[in-house]
Amino acid sequence: MNGLIKSLLALTPVFCSLPLLFLGFDIASDNLGANPIQALHIRLGDWSLRFLCITLAITPIQAITRWRGMTECRQLFGLYTFFYASLHVLVYLFVDHNFMWSLIITDIIESPYIWLGVLAYIIVFLLGLTSSKFAMKTLGKNWKKLHRWIYLASVASVIHYFWQLKGNLTEPLVYAIIIVLLLSFRLLAS
Amino acid sequence: MIIKTKKLISSSEITPPEIFQERRKFIRMLGLTMVGANIPSAFASEDKISLANIFRNTALDNSLKSTPAELVQNYTNYYEFTFNKDDSTKLAQSMVIDPWSVEISGEVEKPQVYHLEDILSKQTLEERIYRFRCVEGWSMVVPWVGFSLSNLLKIAQPLSTAQFVKFTTIQQPETMPNQRDKKMLEFPYVEGLRIDEAMHPLTLLAVGMYGETLPKQNGAPLRLVVPWKYGFKSIKAIVKIELLKKPPLTTWNKSAPQEYGFYANVNPSVPHPRWSQNSERLLGSGFFTPRRQTELFNGYGEQIASLYQDMDLRHFF
Repeated sequence: MNGLIKSLLALTPVFCSLPLLFLGFDIASDNLGANPIQALHIRLGDWSLRFLCITLAITPIQAITRWRGMTECRQLFGLYTFFYASLHVLVYLFVDHNFMWSLIITDIIESPYIWLGVLAYIIVFLLGLTSSKFAMKTLGKNWKKLHRWIYLASVASVIHYFWQLKGNLTEPLVYAIIIVLLLSFRLLAS
Repeated sequence: MIIKTKKLISSSEITPPEIFQERRKFIRMLGLTMVGANIPSAFASEDKISLANIFRNTALDNSLKSTPAELVQNYTNYYEFTFNKDDSTKLAQSMVIDPWSVEISGEVEKPQVYHLEDILSKQTLEERIYRFRCVEGWSMVVPWVGFSLSNLLKIAQPLSTAQFVKFTTIQQPETMPNQRDKKMLEFPYVEGLRIDEAMHPLTLLAVGMYGETLPKQNGAPLRLVVPWKYGFKSIKAIVKIELLKKPPLTTWNKSAPQEYGFYANVNPSVPHPRWSQNSERLLGSGFFTPRRQTELFNGYGEQIASLYQDMDLRHFF
């Protein structure tokens, strides 16, 4: 049983890359609808938020199951959060704006919902940079303090999602509920 | 009609032969045969507008390149059906739009309910290629087929007390799920214009696009098109037009007054409270093509800016 779980865990990077693969297929087959750039942008945002939720869920799952085998996965899921969030940002800067900084700067200044996206990404970026064992040792006690900021990043991402919508709010609501549950678990556990 | 454009074309250039040529082009394009000029209804066949009545309005900027029809037909906000722009194409097909009549009432000499056929029999249909800018930050270029709203209003003879025009979408809960479930917005959808905006020759009532009758998801059988305002002003499936003394309370304005004003003129320097309006994604433009810089009044300032002289556009957004 343990062997099976271990080999499944070894396959995690494959599973984590599947969303990118599907996205690649959809781009190649022109299957992203009438506004493909926005669709691409949103899908990458969705996946960064999903991986963020998965990353946050590892500790509660380990606590409930009393099984410690997933700690390494947490780092991996965190890195995939960073990966999809980086693609999300790159698509915004490059695919949607082609690095036209005059448009980008005005857009960011005038769009409060993007401020929260920027905040979330800065945090995820810093956590991604300091995810290695080396960084963990170097930062010592500060590492844990720094990585607690992930909770702020998760709250900022969900508001970033909510705040830009005009119509249906069901989907961000699902993420909001998940994140509130995960947050309250941590607060109650500590 | 008199419309000033960047490239001013003298009226002598707008000649019958040219119109004739355009008609021939349309007819060829659709594989139709020439039909008589005096057909009683503009809807000669079931799904295609009789193009014998259409001429291209050459006084407008024709350098605009129309967005592929397929994109325009499959990316529509129709909150009566769904909040998802991909789903409205399918869901709207259940709408019943035949027969259709429009009530014109309020501050008019001749309040009346008109059958759509009777409205169209008195109008010359034109093709007008307009930019269309959504408040969400995307845009397209659509070759509408229709006639100036003013032509219809004049028939009802507005009184001098008529200061505003209120438009109402059909209430059809049996086919419109979100009307039935009373979701999010208050239905029926209501929009409004000031009388001078409504009487402006650019303000169009559209019955078709791309040389054919309007698809249901795009507002069939009759919708408003006000090209210098955000798309939500261009109300779909109109059943009632009322001329009023006071401004009507419009649907989005009622739902979120701090976000959607009565005027809703396209203006890159007045951001929506939650997002910038400085640029737009033109549908059909490819990856790595930067967003388009949004123009004041969506590029129609030359024709309509005088309507808003001495008005603070930040206050009256």
